[in-house]
This record gives sequence, structure tokens and C-alpha cells, in this order.
Amino acid sequence: MSALNTAKKPKDFVLSIEGLTVSFDGFKAVNDLSLYVEEQEIRVIIGPNGAGKTTVLDLICGRTKATSGAITFKGQNLTKLKEHQIVQVGVGRKFQNPSIYEDLTVFENLEISFPRGRNVWGALFFRRDAEVINKVNEIASMIFLGDKLDKPAELLSHGQKQWLEIGMLLIQDPELLMLDEPVAGMSVSERKLTAELLHRITKDRSVLVVEHDMQFVEDIADRVTVLHQGKTLSEGSMERVKSDPKVIEVYLGH
Amino acid sequence: MSFTGLRALLPKHDLRALLILAAIIIIVMPLFLDIFRLNLVGKYLTYAFVALGLVLCWGLGGILSLGQGVFFGLGGYCMAMFLKLEASSPEQTAIQSTPGIPDFMDWNQLTELPWFWEPFHSLSFTLLAVIAVPALFAFIIGVAMFKRRVGGVYFAIITQAIAAILTILIIGQQGYTGGVNGITDLRTLLGWDIRTNSAQYILYFINAILLFACLLAAQVIRKSKLGRLLVAMREREDRVRFSGYDVANFKIFVFCIAAVFSAIGGAMFTLQVGFMSPSFVGIVPSIEMVIYCAVGGRLSIFGAIYGTLLVNWAKTIFSESFPELWLFAMGALFIGVVMAFPNGLADLYQSYALPWLKKQRLRLPARLGGVKTPQKTTK
Repeated sequence: MSALNTAKKPKDFVLSIEGLTVSFDGFKAVNDLSLYVEEQEIRVIIGPNGAGKTTVLDLICGRTKATSGAITFKGQNLTKLKEHQIVQVGVGRKFQNPSIYEDLTVFENLEISFPRGRNVWGALFFRRDAEVINKVNEIASMIFLGDKLDKPAELLSHGQKQWLEIGMLLIQDPELLMLDEPVAGMSVSERKLTAELLHRITKDRSVLVVEHDMQFVEDIADRVTVLHQGKTLSEGSMERVKSDPKVIEVYLGH
Repeated sequence: MSFTGLRALLPKHDLRALLILAAIIIIVMPLFLDIFRLNLVGKYLTYAFVALGLVLCWGLGGILSLGQGVFFGLGGYCMAMFLKLEASSPEQTAIQSTPGIPDFMDWNQLTELPWFWEPFHSLSFTLLAVIAVPALFAFIIGVAMFKRRVGGVYFAIITQAIAAILTILIIGQQGYTGGVNGITDLRTLLGWDIRTNSAQYILYFINAILLFACLLAAQVIRKSKLGRLLVAMREREDRVRFSGYDVANFKIFVFCIAAVFSAIGGAMFTLQVGFMSPSFVGIVPSIEMVIYCAVGGRLSIFGAIYGTLLVNWAKTIFSESFPELWLFAMGALFIGVVMAFPNGLADLYQSYALPWLKKQRLRLPARLGGVKTPQKTTK
């Protein structure tokens, strides 16, 4: 891994997306999009279905390759890296549906995400030492699963599975955390806990969230970007965006 | 390794399973079977190497290979080439038009040993090749497939095609490979006659020891983080990838390990049975080996070995009486197992037999009039 040349950071942006376009058979799911995320900012992307929100996350984490444009994370061009390399430079991603390993225990789920022994030999000779155990315990209590470590993950409720996946990301300690609808399918009380959790875990990192639940967005967002047809429709604080007539027309109005 | 490390590697139930299996293979079988039957068991156990590899590759990692016969065959052929060269000394082949080359080459009008046969004069090279050739071949297939994210059914079909191609190649290149008959009439290993009863006993035990070595290696992998990663990849490949792992490398690794296990089995097959032929390389034997693993339990390294023994034992009994019906029975067995017990006999044992046994054990003191009531939980 090349040394991170911190001096070259473009301003204080952790992530800058410039002129990003991806087209699927001519259809531009993301069209000349530019987006800048500052350090320790919680940015929420909202927008109607098919606006390209999830696609933006896919592009950042390398799941989808951009047709053109640049994604720069801490001075590094992400479009040239492979998925696992993007993770290793510090980008974590949570999927829309809880994506956990149901046949493994909660402990093992978290342990796998611990950022050590990530190649074949490292994994073969990985030792579950005190550092790993402490970290897993710490994260588990943070995500309200401290007493469920030995349970198979398949026995968790939907909301707990979402938390587990968030925990799996936290243990990687990414500088940019991307969450795709983290509260989808959660009960009201679970939503509250999740908002609290997000506030706590975002202290020393930037977060990019895709979410539909407006109450939740108001709870957590520093700034909001509204996407529509692959383009930025509006950007700013929640109040500003909410009163933007364009946003009301295409998204919030109905 | 410390005691706790050993405990983590071999928990109580695994240790018990290992000891029972060892007792059966190393003590019970040699004591109660005549050498003909024991040699047969030895032959079955060579397939168990393949089944063991499939537990890692397919059971844990979810990578179904329908071409493990390829690696079994490569290992077997490497060993056979050495033995054949030893059996083809100029004195022993004096009646040929070109003495000193294997008989089938002479029949096919070859007048000198092909270049790739030359190094197989050396036993150390051969032993190395038994491991390295299949591993390299698996590595090439693995890189070509997994780096391009070919998986699932497509991978299974491609492995099957490779098994078919290799069989056709071996049969077609009769002068170099012995063709459809394979490499036969193998006699000695460094002058030691492998066809005698005593040699077959010794080979049986060598085979058993190698099998247990592979079993332990499989257990080390299963109990390491790599083993858990394989399970994780089987379930959520994307999640593993987006947790910072290059998934393809792990698949290549486990595919190579499975290939090496199979190849060791193949080499021991050649030694114990005395020949190697394309009928152990192709599609049908490859699928049969998957069935052994499926019947025994694709998630259990011990189950796979019992599965191999049971299916082969049934095959021998059944095909002696109804040779033409065997294939149908085998197909029915496979479908039955997959439909009813997707995790095979091992799962059946764990879900039904084990709880029942525990209940009996708890009831026993009570029935004998013991005063102690079973307070311990069943766990």
C-alpha cells in the first residue's frame, strides 16, 4: 500500500466526486454528478426511487465501474482500485438488506471484519488474541448485542441484523462509512436507538447515508443532497432542502 | 502448541470422532478383514481424500467441483509413470522392439521415451510432482475462473468439461499415456514388490496415516479464520469482499488444497490397486466422489470419510448381485440424500442419533435404581 500523502488533500474534503457518470446501455443512472463530503460530516442522500442513490454508493465502493468522472478519497482515485482495496484505504459500506453471515455467531461475524489477516496466510494463522476479543466486545456492546455474542446470527431480529452489519463496519474503523437505508424495516424504538448509535459512531469519521425516512434524516443529517434522475437537484441543510420548491415537486410533495 | 490451542483445534467431540474413526480404520478393519477385503477398503479410502477436499471446497466454501477426478487422476498418473518406468527396465522389456520403454509405447511404435516421462525416473521428483502438478493445474483453473468471478453452476460445468477433456486427451494420446487401458502392470517401488500381501498391509497403513494427516490439515483450516471466511463467502460473497478481502484468492487456495488431497488419494490408489486408468478421471467418477461427500455430509470432515466407505461398500455388495442396477441406485441415493438430508449422514447423526444417545445415558442410572437424578442439562 502506498503511503497516504496527506498534504495533497483537496481542501478538507474526505470524498470528492466530480463529473461522475455511469450509463447502463445508454441509460444514465448517474449523470455528471458532483458531490463533496467534508471530514466528520454526516451527509444524507435522498430522492425518489430510481434517482441513482444506491448506484452512487455502488460507484464509490467499486461495485459498479464508472463510465466517466473521478472519485477521490483522501487524494486517492478510487475508480482505479478493486473493491477490497477500496475497503483497505478506509471506505466501509453497509448494504440495503442486512448482509451478515447467518451460519456464524455474532462474535465470528464481527471477528471476520476485524482488519487483520486479510490475505490467505494471514487468515490461516490468525489468532483470536486479547486485542481481537476486546475490540469485538467493545463494538458488540455499542451495537446493543453485547449479550448475544455466542448466538448464531440467523437468530437475530431484523433490526439486530442491521445493527450487526453496522458493527461489522465499525470494527473496520473506516474513515468514510456508507449506509444504505440503515433503518429500513426497523421499529420506532429501534430507529431511535439507531439514530443515537449513528450520532455516537460518527464522531471521528464521515458518513454517507441513503435514507427514505424523513424523520430519521432530520435526526442525523448535517447536510442533505437530493438526487433526481442521476443529478443533484438540491443540496444544503434539511430546512433549506425541505423548502426548496423543486424538491417539493419531485419528492417531498407526494 | 499450547494445550488450550490444541483444545481449540480439536474440541472434545471432534477428538472423540477422530479417535473412533482411527480405531475403526487402524485397528478394527485390519483385524477383522482378510487382505483382499482390506485392500478394497484401502482403495475406498483413497476416494475419501477426494471427499475430504470436497468438504472444504464445496461444504465450507460452496464451490462445487464436478471434476475432482482430474486431480485424483493426475496424482495417480504421476505415481503410475514412476512405477511403470521401474517396471520397464531394458532387461524386463528385452523382447520389445525398443527395450527400456513402457510396453504400451512400444506397441504404439514409439522408439524413445517422451521428454515429459524422463524426470519420472526419480522417486523424489515423482513425489513432488504428485503434489505440485495437480496443485499447479488447480491454481491455473482457479485463477482463470475465480479472478473472473465465475462461480456456482458455471464453475461446476467447466470443471466437468475439464474432466471430459482430460479423459479424451489421455485416451487419444495412447502412445504417451497408455490410452483407455491406462498404465498397467505396475510391480515394484524401488525394488519393493507392491503386489505381495505384506506390501498391501503396509500400503494400507501408509494410506491411513496420510488420510489422517489430511484430516488434521482440514481440521486446522476449518478451525482457522480462513475456515470461517469460507463459510462467510458461501453465504455472502459480497459482504466478504466489501470487508476488505480478495475473495478469489481464498477460493483459489481452497480449490488447490482440495486438488492436493485428491492427488494424494490418487497416488495411493495407484500403489494399492496397481494401475491407473482414465476411468478414474472422467465425469462419472468425479460425480461419484461428490456423492460420497454428499451422503456422508458435506459439512463434516468425518462424515465424508464414513460416506465414502458406506457408499463404496454398498456399491460392492450391490453391484456384485445387480450390476446393471447399481447406477440407478446410486442416482436415487444422491437425490434422496439431497432432498431429505442435505447435510448427509453426519447431520442425521448430530440431529437425531446424538440426542437419543444422550437421553439414554441420562436415563440409565435412573433405570438401574441409582439415587442420583440427572440434574445436568443435556448440553
